[in-house]
Amino acid sequence: MKELLEFIAKSLVEKPDEVSVTQVETEMSLVLELRVAATDMGKIIGKQGKIAKAIRSVIRASAAKEKKKVIVDIV
Amino acid sequence: MKSVKVSAKTVEEAVRSALIRLGVSEEEAVIEIMDEGSKGLFGIGGKEARVLVSVKEKEETSLEKAKEFIDGIIKNMKLDCTFQASEDDESVKIIVSGKGVGGIIGRRGETLDAVQYLTSLYVNKGKHGEGYKRVIIDSENYRAKREETLIRLAKSMADKAVRYRRDMIFEPMNPYERRIIHSALQEYGSVTTRSIGEEPNRKIIVSPK
Repeated sequence: MKELLEFIAKSLVEKPDEVSVTQVETEMSLVLELRVAATDMGKIIGKQGKIAKAIRSVIRASAAKEKKKVIVDIV
Repeated sequence: MKSVKVSAKTVEEAVRSALIRLGVSEEEAVIEIMDEGSKGLFGIGGKEARVLVSVKEKEETSLEKAKEFIDGIIKNMKLDCTFQASEDDESVKIIVSGKGVGGIIGRRGETLDAVQYLTSLYVNKGKHGEGYKRVIIDSENYRAKREETLIRLAKSMADKAVRYRRDMIFEPMNPYERRIIHSALQEYGSVTTRSIGEEPNRKIIVSPK
């Protein structure tokens, strides 16, 4: 899951080296914290969060196989 | 960009040795002549020719980029599918098939739309209008089947609107699906269509004339 998010984020930003994802796992859920360069924030969020929504949608689809709820946090 | 500066008696000679050093052909390089050089009188006071030769950065084509992205998505999602990609002047088309396609389509094609959108962002990254390519991702005719379903739905809603003499409201749809409905009902003389609400809850209303 982490790799998938990293792959998508790195493909979209100008500074792929500054993309990092940390994984925080609890019993019920898996939280993926995505960090990108400040100047790349727009590339990840998009107008009215359109890009962020698409990213979450793909992650959610991939997480469906796992029992846990997966949350993507852009921090 | 990899480049070398070379001086030699003539421009041709300098370019030739620069290309050998870079290990590329003339087509793969950008050549800039910094100094034409001069022979001087009787071989005295001559200046050497100087050139700056750099390797052209290879631009990935839209097709290559799309393939690379979809491949990464499929592998990272651990889906059991394969895909075929093709390209024309306006668009890149990718057809996904295999056992795992359900995973990439998602509920009502939601995942397919998201992957299509992200692929288009990647393929068109850094392009400003110029060379923009539309990206279409389909899987086992999902879109064609969905289009048929939508057209059927559109006609039945139009019939109801006429029969009951009142507005019929569709479920919220994305712009692509709304366009299918609007154009399907264009030829229906007895109804008009319009969209209301904001994305992502924008929906079509069909009214009797």
